[in-house]
Parts: sequence; C-alpha cells; structure tokens
Amino acid sequence: MGSNMAECHPVGFQWVVEARERGAKVIHIDPRFTRTSALCDLHVALRPGSDIAFLGGIVRHILEGGHEFREYVEAYTNASTLVSEEFRDTEDLDGLFSGFEGDRYDTESWQYDGMSVRTGSGQGDEGATVGEQAHGAHGGEVEDDEEIRRDPTLEDPRCVFQILKRHFARYTPELVAETCGVSVEDFTRVCEALCESSGRERTSAIVYSVGWTQHTVGVQYIRAASIIQLLLGNMGRPGGGIMALRGHASIQGSTDIPTLYNILPGYLPMPHAAQDEGYDEWIEKVAPPTGWWGNARSYMTSLLKAWWGDAASAENDYRFGWLPRISGDHSTYRTALDMADGKIDGFFVMGENPVVGSANGRLQRRALAGARWLVVRDLAEIETASFWKDSPEVASGETRPEDIGTEVFLMPAAAHVEKDGTFTNTQRLLQWHAKAVEPRGHQRSELWFMYHLGRLVRERLAGSGEERDRPVLELTWDYPVEGRYDDPSAAAVLREINGVGPDGAALSSYEDLRDDGSTACGCWIYCGVYADGVNQAARRPPRSDSADDPLGVAPGWAWAWPLNRRMLYNRASADPEGRPWSERKRYVWWDEHAERWTGADVPDFKADTPPSYEPLAEARGPEAIGGADPFILQADGRGWLYAPHGLVDGPLPAHYEPHESPASNPLYGQQSNPVREQLPDAYNPRREFPFAVTTYRLTEHHTAGAMSRNVPYLAELQPEMFCEVSPELAELRGLEHGGWATVITSRAKIEARVEVTARLRSGGPVETVGLPYHWGWKGLTTGDPANDLAHVALDPNVHIQEVKAFTCDIQPGRRKR
Amino acid sequence: MSEPAASAGQPRVGFFTDTSLCIGCKACEVACKEWNGVPDDPLGFAESSYDHGDGLGPNRWRHVAFVEQEPMFDHEGLRWLMASDVCKHCTHAACLDVCPTGALFRTELGTVVVQEDVCNGCGYCVPACPFGVLSRREEDGRVWKCTLCYDRTSAGMEPACAKACPTDSIQYGELEVLRVRAAERVEQLRERGESSARLYGEDPGDGVGGFGAFFLLLDDPEVYGLPPDPVATTRDLPGMWGAAAAAAGALAAGIAAALLTGPKPR
Amino acid sequence: MNTGPEPGSGPLQDRRSRSYYGRPVIAAPVWTWEVPVYLFAGGLAGASAGLAFASEVGGHDVLARRAWGVAGVAITACPPLLVSDLGRPERFLNMMRVFKVTSPMSVGSWLLAAAGTATGAAAASRLLAPRRGGSLASALERIGSPAAPAAAVLGMPLATYTGVLLANTAVPVWHEARRELPFLFAAGAAASAGAAATAITPAAHAGPARRLALGAAIAEMAIDRAMRRRLGPLAATYESGPPARWHRAAVTLLTAGAATLAASGRRAGPASARAGRLRNPRRAAAPGGRPLAVAGAALTLGGALATRFAVFRAGFASAEDPAQTVAPQRARAAAA
Ligand SMILES: Nc1nc2c(c(=O)[nH]1)N[C@H]1C(S)=C(S)[C@@H](COP(=O)(O)OP(=O)(O)OC[C@H]3O[C@@H](n4cnc5c(=O)[nH]c(N)nc54)[C@H](O)[C@@H]3O)O[C@H]1N2
Ligand SMILES: Nc1nc2c(c(=O)[nH]1)N[C@H]1C(S)=C(S)[C@@H](COP(=O)(O)OP(=O)(O)OC[C@H]3O[C@@H](n4cnc5c(=O)[nH]c(N)nc54)[C@H](O)[C@@H]3O)O[C@H]1N2
Ligand code: SF4
Ligand code: SF4
Ligand code: SF4
Ligand code: SF4
Ligand code: SF4
Ligand SMILES: [Mo]
Repeated sequence: MGSNMAECHPVGFQWVVEARERGAKVIHIDPRFTRTSALCDLHVALRPGSDIAFLGGIVRHILEGGHEFREYVEAYTNASTLVSEEFRDTEDLDGLFSGFEGDRYDTESWQYDGMSVRTGSGQGDEGATVGEQAHGAHGGEVEDDEEIRRDPTLEDPRCVFQILKRHFARYTPELVAETCGVSVEDFTRVCEALCESSGRERTSAIVYSVGWTQHTVGVQYIRAASIIQLLLGNMGRPGGGIMALRGHASIQGSTDIPTLYNILPGYLPMPHAAQDEGYDEWIEKVAPPTGWWGNARSYMTSLLKAWWGDAASAENDYRFGWLPRISGDHSTYRTALDMADGKIDGFFVMGENPVVGSANGRLQRRALAGARWLVVRDLAEIETASFWKDSPEVASGETRPEDIGTEVFLMPAAAHVEKDGTFTNTQRLLQWHAKAVEPRGHQRSELWFMYHLGRLVRERLAGSGEERDRPVLELTWDYPVEGRYDDPSAAAVLREINGVGPDGAALSSYEDLRDDGSTACGCWIYCGVYADGVNQAARRPPRSDSADDPLGVAPGWAWAWPLNRRMLYNRASADPEGRPWSERKRYVWWDEHAERWTGADVPDFKADTPPSYEPLAEARGPEAIGGADPFILQADGRGWLYAPHGLVDGPLPAHYEPHESPASNPLYGQQSNPVREQLPDAYNPRREFPFAVTTYRLTEHHTAGAMSRNVPYLAELQPEMFCEVSPELAELRGLEHGGWATVITSRAKIEARVEVTARLRSGGPVETVGLPYHWGWKGLTTGDPANDLAHVALDPNVHIQEVKAFTCDIQPGRRKR
Repeated sequence: MSEPAASAGQPRVGFFTDTSLCIGCKACEVACKEWNGVPDDPLGFAESSYDHGDGLGPNRWRHVAFVEQEPMFDHEGLRWLMASDVCKHCTHAACLDVCPTGALFRTELGTVVVQEDVCNGCGYCVPACPFGVLSRREEDGRVWKCTLCYDRTSAGMEPACAKACPTDSIQYGELEVLRVRAAERVEQLRERGESSARLYGEDPGDGVGGFGAFFLLLDDPEVYGLPPDPVATTRDLPGMWGAAAAAAGALAAGIAAALLTGPKPR
Repeated sequence: MNTGPEPGSGPLQDRRSRSYYGRPVIAAPVWTWEVPVYLFAGGLAGASAGLAFASEVGGHDVLARRAWGVAGVAITACPPLLVSDLGRPERFLNMMRVFKVTSPMSVGSWLLAAAGTATGAAAASRLLAPRRGGSLASALERIGSPAAPAAAVLGMPLATYTGVLLANTAVPVWHEARRELPFLFAAGAAASAGAAATAITPAAHAGPARRLALGAAIAEMAIDRAMRRRLGPLAATYESGPPARWHRAAVTLLTAGAATLAASGRRAGPASARAGRLRNPRRAAAPGGRPLAVAGAALTLGGALATRFAVFRAGFASAEDPAQTVAPQRARAAAA
C-alpha cells in the first residue's frame, strides 16, 4: 500500500513473487494499476490521500468483529492503559484533538492517566514545535514514583482500547467507499483477507513506501498501519511487520548517521538552542529512566569522544557545548525559502538534484539564485548546476543569466563502483561494497572531498586563538589514506563508527558503551559492525540452504543493526511465557534449560531476562522492562496503539484531506491536518483544481533523472515525459492517446505525452492524473519536471513534501512557449 | 528432421520464459545490451503501453511486450500482460537453413548463432524467420540476434538476461529439464484457476520442431505479436524444388513448341 | 480483424483484438529494387539461352545469334544486381563458401555462376567467331560447342529457381504461392526472351520468338490468375497499394503486348511464309510489321518486369500485415 514495489524495488519484489507462489495472498492498494498490481491477487484503486480512511475502516472492522489477537493485544500493547481525563478525541471536537492552540498542539492532555511525560527533544515547555522530536521519537518516560494505570479487562471507557473503538467507529465501509472511491465489496475483501491470515498460526505484512509518506499526514498513515498490525499480532513475528521500502541505495544509512538537521548519529536528538544549556539538562530530556534509551548518556558520551577524543573529558562535559544547536525547523524546504530571501550565503549540493527532484521547482531555482555561492558534486552537470543558464525561467525570458549572482562550483563525483563503502538497506543491513574501478579524471569520493576539505580548513585555522575555531581544530581528523588520490580508508571510518574500548580494540556491542569517557563510538546502533576487529558488513557466505535456515534469516550475510538482529522486537514472536505462539510461527523463544532466549535470530531482548521477570519500582534503563514486554525501546515496553507523545499532530491517526484536495472531508468538519507546515510564499500559492494528481517513479528511470536520462540504454526505454489518464478523463477533456497535454496547477504548467489507460480508472467520482517525476531539461531524454507543479506543504513531524496528492487541471495540446 | 546435433555429451540448452512471473522491469533488455554491446536505438514515445521499442531486431535481442486487457471471461479485473521475447533457437531453424554463407550455424549447445565475420548481409534469413527475429543493422549491413550468450554459455555461465531477471521469469538450463519444469508449471497455474495459461513452443512436433527458447503465455501467441503456428518453410522445400524443375521443363517445352510450330527455314 | 487499439482509447486491448498493436509478426524483407530486376534479368538470360540453343538446333541461325546476344547481355547484368543488394557487397564471395540445397540463394548463386560462365562463353563464341577468322575463331568455336548446350540447360532452372527463392520464406503471399511462382516466372522468362528476340530480329526470322512471346505472355496471365485464386484472402495484397499498381500495369502491358505481337504476326505471317520461296527475305518484310513487333515486344518486356515487381511488392505488404501471418496459421491450427 503506497508502494509500487515491483517497479521501484524489483529485486526485492522477487520474494513477494516467491511468497505468492507459495500461497501467500498479495493485495495492492494504489491509485494506479501498476506493474505491481499486475502480479497481485487483488488491486484496489483508491483516491490519492485517502489511505487513513481506508486503514481506519480496517481498524473498525477488526474491533467491531472482534478479530484482534486478544492475548497479544492484552499482553504486548498499551490497549489496557488509561489515558488522561483531559484528553478529547476528534469525535468530540469534529476533527481536532484536545490541546489545539491556533497552529499547534499542546500535547499535555494526550498523556497516560496521571503522568507528565516529557519527550525526546525539547517538546515540553516549547510545546509541539513543528517536527522537533519526530526522528528522535523516544519511548518517553514513566515518572519514577508513578505506576502505569491499566484495566486488563479493556472495558474502562478511558483505556486505549475503548478510545480506539470510539475513534474509529465512524470509519464504516460506506464512508470508506465514499472517501476512497472504492467499492464496499473490495474494501471488505481486503479486511477479510487481512484478518483471515493473522493470528496465532498466520501473519501478514504491510509494505509501504513514499506513496504513504509524502503527505501532510504521512506519519499518521504509518501509525494507522502500526495499529492494525498490533491489533492483529503481526509485529515482531515472522512474516509480519511493516516494511518501509526505502529509497536511494543507502538512504537508511543516511538517517542512521543522519543527513537530517534534528538528529545526531543513532537518532540522538540534536540539542536545542532554547533549552539544552548543559549536558545534564539534555540527558534529562533525552534519556527516560526506563527502557533502552535510558543508556543515552553512554551513547552520547561515546559519540563526543569519537569526535573530540582527548579534548573531550568529564570536566568539560565531553565538549557537549561544542555541538551546534537548532532553533526550529531547518529542513530542506525551510532552508530553501531562507535562501530565497537571501538569508543563506552558500550551499553544498552533494548527490541531489533539487531543482528537479524537490517540490515546487520554480521555488527551488529562485532559492539557489538567492545564494552567493553553490557547490554541486555530481556524476553529471545536472539541472541544479546549470539552472542559472538554462532553467525554464531563463528559457521563457522571465529571468536572465546575468541577473543571477550565484557562483556555481561543479565538481565531478566518484560513483559507488569507484569507491569502497557500505550501503545500509531497507532491512537495516549494512553491506560492504568494494571499489571496482578507479575514478576517472577529477572524479573523487565524498569521503575524499570531506576529509581533504576539513584538512584544508584546519590548516587555514591552525594557530587561531579563536574559541569558535576550537571545535574544528580539536576534531579527531586523522584517517589513514590510501590509493592514487589519498582517499581516506572507508574501513577505518567504519571502525570508528563501530567504536573502540579503552584498549583501542573494536567493541562488539552497544551494551559495552560507557558514560565515563572510556569508550568512543561514532554511532551506537552500529556498534558491532566491526566486532572482533572484523568488517562484519563484508561477510558474503554462499546462500545457506533452507535446511539449516528454514526461515531464510541468513544471519551470516553482512550485518544488520542493532547487533545483527534481522527482526526488531522479535521477543513478540513468543507468548508472554516465552513459548512460540505456534509451531508454524516459531522464531525466538525462551529456552528453559539454558535459561536464555534463543531461536533463528538474535533475540531483541536481554538474553537472560526470563519471561517471568518483574522489574522493581526503582529499576532503571533496560532493567525496568518486564520479562513479558517485548517493545524494549518504549518506556513501558508495550506496542503503542495510542501514542501519548512523540507526534505533533495527534495521538491517533484521523483522516484529513490533502493540503490541496478536490474533495471536502467526509469524516470531519476539519478539512486538512490542522498543524501541517504550510510555508506561505508568493511562489507557493494554493488553489483547488478539479482533478487529483499524483507523482511517482518508473522502473526505467531514477528519481530526478541524472542517473537514467544520461544512460542510453535506460533513456530509450521511457523516452518521453508522459501523463497517465483514464479513458473517461480523456473523453472529458478531449485528450488523444499518444498526443500532448498540458497539466496545470497554480504553481506552473507543464506538458507531457498522453497515455490513456484503464490502469488509471478510479472507482470514485474524482479522476486522477498520474505523473512520473523523472524528467528535466538535460540528458538524452528531456521533458518538463513534474515538480514544477507541486506545492510545498509539509508533514509537521518530518517535513516531507506532499507530492503524492494535490490538484490539477489538464488540457489537450502543448504548453505555450 | 531430428533434434539438432548437440555435440557428443553436450546436452542442448535453452530458455523457458515464464511470462506469468514477469514484472516488466526490462532488466533483461538492458543486461543483454550491456553484455553484448548492442547499440541503443531511441525510437521515441510509442502508443503501446510501456513498450517503446519495436520488437526484436538487430539492436534489441530481448524485447519486453506490454499488453493491457480489460476484464475478460476467464479473469476479473484488468490484466497487464508482460512477456520478454527472444530468438527461439528453433530445432529446425529456417534462418539457418536458408543462409547461403553459413554465417548462421548451430553451436555444440544446440543454439543458433550468427558469425558476424561471415555474414554478408544477403538478407535471406530476414523473411525466412517465422518470428521476425532477424533484421539487418543499417549501419553495418549485417544481421544480428540473440546468441544465447554463446560466450557465456559455452563457458558454463548463465546468459546475461536470465542472470538479470529478478523474478526468474527467464529460466536458463538444459532443454529437457526445462520442458519438464514447464509442464508442471502450467498444471500448477491451471489448478490455481489460471485457465488461460499455456505453453508455447515446447512441442517438438510443431512446425519448427520445438523452440530452444520456449514460453509460458497467458493468452494466444498473436496477442503478444507471436505466430500461433509457426513453420520453417524449408519443410516444403522438396515440393518447391519439384515445382521449379517442372517449371523449367515446361519452359524448355514451351521454347521447343515455339520452334516446332511454324515453317522450317532452309 | 481488429489490429491494435482504437485511437483515443489507449493501449487497452479488447477481447477481439488479436494482434500486438497491429505490428507485423514477421520481418519484411530488406531487399531493394535490384532483386525484382534480377528476377527479370535472370529469367530473360536463361530463357534466351534456351531459345538461342533451340534455334541453333532448329537451324534458325539468324534468330539464334540475336537470342545469344540477349542472353549474354542479360546474364552479365545479373551479378552486379545481386552484389549491390548485399549489406556487405565485398563479401559476395562468401556465397561460395558453402553449397546448401536448403538455401535457394546458395543454389542460385552456384547456378548463376555456372550458367553465367556457359552463357558468356556461348554468346561470345557465337557472336564473335563468324566475324573473326583464324585461330581465335576456331578457339571460340571449340569453347562454344560445349558451352551452348550447357547454357541452355542451366538457363531453364535459372529462370525458375527464383520462384523457390521467394516461396521459401515466411512471407505468406509468397510461401502460399509456392506451387505457382516457378511457373509464373518461367512464363515471364519465356515471354521476355521471346519479346526481346522479336524486337531485334528481322520479322522473317522472328517467327518462333514471336510465337514464344505471345504464348508465354498469355500463359503468364493465366498462371497469375490461378495463383491469386489459390491465395484466396491473401491475394488482397495484390488489390491495394504499390503491388496493385504494379499488377495492373503488368496485366495491361501483357495484354497490349500480346495483342500487338499477334497483330504484327498476322502481317508478318504471310510474308514469312512467302519468304520461303523468295531469294531475299529481308525485302519481303511487310510494311508496318517491324515497328509493330518492336512495340509489342517492348510492351511484353515491360509486362514481364512489372509482374516481378508486383510479386516482390506484394511480399512486403503481406509481411507487414499481421493478419496475413496469423489468420492462415489459426485456420491451420484449428483444422489440426
Ligand atoms: N526504478 C526506480 N526504483 C526506485 C527509485 C527510482 O527512481 N526508480 N527511487 C527509489 C526511491 S528514492 C524511493 S523513495 C523509492 C520509492 O518507492 P515507491 O514509494 O514505491 O515509489 P513511488 O512510485 O514514488 O510511489 C509508489 C506508489 O504510490 C502510489 N500512490 C500515490 N499516492 C498514493 C496514495 O495517496 N495512497 C497510496 N496508497 N498510494 C499512492 C503511486 O501511484 C505509486 O504507484 O523507490 C526507490 N526505487
Ligand atoms: N514529485 C515528486 N517528487 C519527489 C518524489 C516523488 O515521489 N514525487 N520523491 C522524493 C524522494 S523519495 C527522493 S529520494 C528525492 C530524490 O531526489 P534527488 O535526490 O534530488 O534526485 P536524485 O536524482 O536521486 O539525485 C541524486 C544525484 O546524486 C548523483 N549521484 C549518484 N551517486 C553519487 C555519488 O556517489 N556522489 C555524488 N556526489 N553524487 C552522486 C546522481 O547523479 C543524482 O544527480 O525526490 C523526492 N521528490
Ligand atoms: S536498484 Fe538496487 S536497490 Fe533497487 S531494486 Fe535494484 S538492486 Fe534493489
Ligand atoms: S527464431 Fe528465427 S532467428 Fe531464431 S532460430 Fe528460429 S528462425 Fe532463426
Ligand atoms: S544475412 Fe547473413 S546470416 Fe542472414 S542469411 Fe545472409 S549471410 Fe546468412
Ligand atoms: S541470451 Fe544473451 S544474447 Fe540472448 S537475449 Fe539473453 S542476453 Fe541477449
Ligand atoms: S528481467 Fe525478467 S521480469 Fe524483468 S522484464 Fe525481463 S523477463 Fe520480465
Ligand atoms: Mo527516496
């Protein structure tokens, strides 16, 4: 759902095909009938942006029909937990939750009964500053003196289970059909299929990707799926789970060791200017006394030691003060607007093509034009590097190159085959890749660029007495270099990330990290990737035959974080007593004799904590998690059906229409996510048009196109930008199959060839226009960028653009030049 | 004619392309071009679903067909058929039969390959192939087609396209083994209710003596642009030579008649 | 038969649509104009050699020498025509690497090589020898004597194998005409050989040639009818586009040619009959007989050439229409 797996993850999709061959039922829920749908048992076409209604309907089906996996729900979720009296639901407030204050929520009233929960990074006093703790969403904390109040019978009107029932009561099949434009029959078939293949003997998995995330309520889509999977007992069990199929080869790696502004390696929250004066205050907020985040001090101290080595000591708070501070939203779109307003001097673009790939291309180009200098490192001269001389605005005469002051430095990058390194994939699997060929000409790796840039900067600053230069000068910046171009050794960097003990030997588990400065570790969750001084990510044993690995866990292949665990929360695959829920689904269980957890995978639990373990009131950190509480990163060890904190737009998902929608919300008076991030700007107007438009990928091309539009063998496979429309819409607007059409939004007009196809036929009244977003004006195949049409309105938790659902008009013929 | 001589001890190899597993990713097309250095040929936007290439040719040795079908009697909902086509490496290969230079030959693996250093571009194999696989490359006047990766297969490696296929829609191996597997596969699909599943080209009794590269299809061959009952026309050669001889005789007779009728000169 | 999607309706296939976007199933030939011209020239050469040798035997020396001339000229035109149609002309000799009965083109190449040598030698000896005296003349005589019959014998299949050349392809309109094509081409060859000779031979001596041309032209039209009857629906290719134009031209030219030859024959007929008794046959030619004969010959030659082009072009049309490939095969499959 919200994933076109066959087209976007074809190699991974082979396993779905195999599962189907073995009798699994595969359902694809997508506005379009795609190459994925073609291989599925059932395809349901829903209106873009209506998934929460659909998922909510499933939750209702489960609860009304009593299809939940009762023991699992009672034991492993927070269903029984009582919620604060102050809490008011969307039912009571016509689409709003309690605590709404104009443009944001005060989440205090969402908390568990009688608890003042503070969250990961600085929500507390500042309230739900848009997007703060999103990535650092921690288990929160249970106040020392308090006991979580629960009603094991799940009958108390204020327990989570009853709240769920009331919240989703209105998501009836009829309302789902109306909202999503699907038939009641299809919807019911999906519900039944899902329930039939869940429970003790069976499990179901939900796969999603950016068809779900790129919405102003994207995070809540995934929350809705979590609720379903927890109710059906599909989390932490083989064949279950929620699979987020990620994007670029190592995009997972770039969140673990983030390219994001609000987190540090291992999802440690970035200190906040307003609150985090000292280390201890920061720890206060980050580390709940209970759960695995309780050891945050060890993780952070080791990180600071890795960065500042001997310069970091207990006396100086391990140089915590040297870390930069954030003061709000510094995400890419906010930054673009600031740049457009001349607030930002210089900009590095490394491995990105924002003027084509990011929403609202005109805004992106105006932003770059606002910078004084721009460094682009890429495999090709991409549109982002040449916008000043050949952008659509220049072509149309709207701007002239001589009016753009930005000084552009284009630097050739070495591609992945031209350098060593790891990819961290969707499954958190770190896989080492070795350099296959030497980079040609001036092409250099990112590692090379960053290392030598730092080296030169440090040479410049050498001897400066300035305090502000010390964080740079004191950095541990000593990597062995190798090869023709003095490339820093990628293996050495991975080893630093893994971490070392006092003796300088590589550590093998984050459980060994200490907060006394005796250990250094670049990213706590990666600790163990260099266990025993061996590059575990480079492990490539021949495929183990199914005899000794019936579940295909392949633990010997490469290395997964944390601690080579292939499935998170896998303790949930056993019942509270530690016995497999069923023989068919045995995965990890408690071995009575050995008195240890054992099984096909590395248990995601303290190996020797028995199922019977009851934590004492004063227990702290991991010890505070009971032997029957599998979700060890949550303070209460439970799976959260209801999220008392961590999200800024509600403890439960509610269906909101997209920022720009052809329909009005059939469920609530509240049309759209009230706290979505809107970024008002002259270049970012909003206006509803009659048709829904969604954007997506094709197997034949890659994202913003530089890697496929420049490759002859790929360019010829999808030679022109096109739009997909249903025969009905073609009829309505007089569009010719194979002809040209102009797609119009309040941001721009673009032209595309017309693909008239029943694959775009929607069940509902709203027609959907489909647009691949791979094209730009450079390369072997050129075309208008779909992103010129898109607005910038963001999910408030993670600031992702809503490019999966907005509105457009469409007319026959090419656009005027 | 019998099975082509796959040389002593060498079993005949080939493809079983199971289109019911194809996801239309075109990795086979690209892998083939990469491995064999086949030129690109951008043709622009074609009004044929996601297929923008015009079938097999000198510059496309694997080609993926896309067919969009509205709901039909034997299946509810849309169908989007995808099928990767390739040279069939016929048991009785018309192209090979008619090649006047011997450029086309049968390898020890039982596959049919063009020797580009011998082909003189006479073009006879082009209309001879009952599947339209062969055509002349304008740039160099010779014909090109799938070699079943002769360089790889003769070294015991899997062909590039099969290697690249993520879903094993393209299966390479000993023909005998593949035929058995294919038979089981249709059965399995039929049991699953896929009544339209059928094998194409697996029957040694057909007009070309069976394909070395055969298929499992979900509709009639012509729907994918394939001939329903292909024959190697060389099958009728004896008759045709007979007709030519008779015609030659008739010609001679005609001439004689013209001279014998009418007055004799002195 | 519904081929391909309705415009505007997108690529969606409906149940009846039994072709892949109306695209051809087989590949159209890559051959160009040289091929039909070769079909014509080869036939002309072969039949002329036959006519020449037969005339010699029959004592029609005047006619024989003219026919040898035609054969010689026509045969020398053949190799260049074939070579220039190759993708790699410099590799023409690769044809001689092998001899394959399964390849009409291989057989044809060898046949052409042999017939070419024989015809060349025979023509040279017959045309040059009488003019020269002495040793060269006798030499030519010596070569000529075995070459002439050889040329005649090889000439016959040279004129007809081309029918197999086309028939042995997957092109429906060619393959399904495999029984008629050799006869059609034989008739065409005879018609053109007779016509060519008629045109350059004094009427008094052209009798046999004229009768040959006349008869063959009529035969060619008859065989063409028979062929198209057998082709049934496939014959549609002869009823539209380029093939239709060529075919109409062929029929018109052949009819006109035959008629004119017949007319010229009626005039020349009595004259040549008298020629038997007159001293000087040349003066005996009836006024108007000659120009008519030449005109009739030209028309017939044109007709024979047009027929080759009609057949050639029909092959392309047939290959490009998926229905032509699929329908017969479906029928066959259904029958079986
Ligand atoms: N070949 C290829 N593979 C790729 C990429 C590529 O560019 N090319 N990109 C990589 C990257 S960076 C990423 S992030 C992934 C993305 O992988 P995917 O998320 O699978 O890719 P998309 O095509 O963007 O979106 C998936 C589907 O979401 C559907 N969709 C749109 N709106 C909605 C909606 O409101 N609800 C639902 N349920 N579905 C909706 C679209 O129709 C589309 O079919 O792919 C990765 N893999
Ligand atoms: N409308 C719409 N917009 C979208 C999306 C959508 O679905 N719809 N999807 C969004 C998503 S999920 C993503 S991930 C983005 C992607 O958008 P971008 O990241 O902006 O686009 P890419 O083409 O992936 O940019 C990657 C660039 O890195 C270069 N590159 C490759 N390897 C290297 C290397 O080793 N070093 C360096 N320096 N450069 C390298 C490539 O040539 C390419 O130009 O698009 C987003 N935008
Ligand atoms: S491109 Fe890489 S990540 Fe994407 S499917 Fe292929 S192998 Fe997997
Ligand atoms: S399919 Fe065509 S090219 Fe391939 S072997 Fe058969 S006849 Fe030859
Ligand atoms: S074109 Fe080449 S391969 Fe084809 S028949 Fe002629 S010589 Fe043989
Ligand atoms: S076998 Fe080799 S040559 Fe033939 S299609 Fe596959 S990759 Fe291309
Ligand atoms: S690689 Fe396999 S799945 Fe992909 S198009 Fe080719 S045959 Fe189909
Ligand atoms: Mo992505």
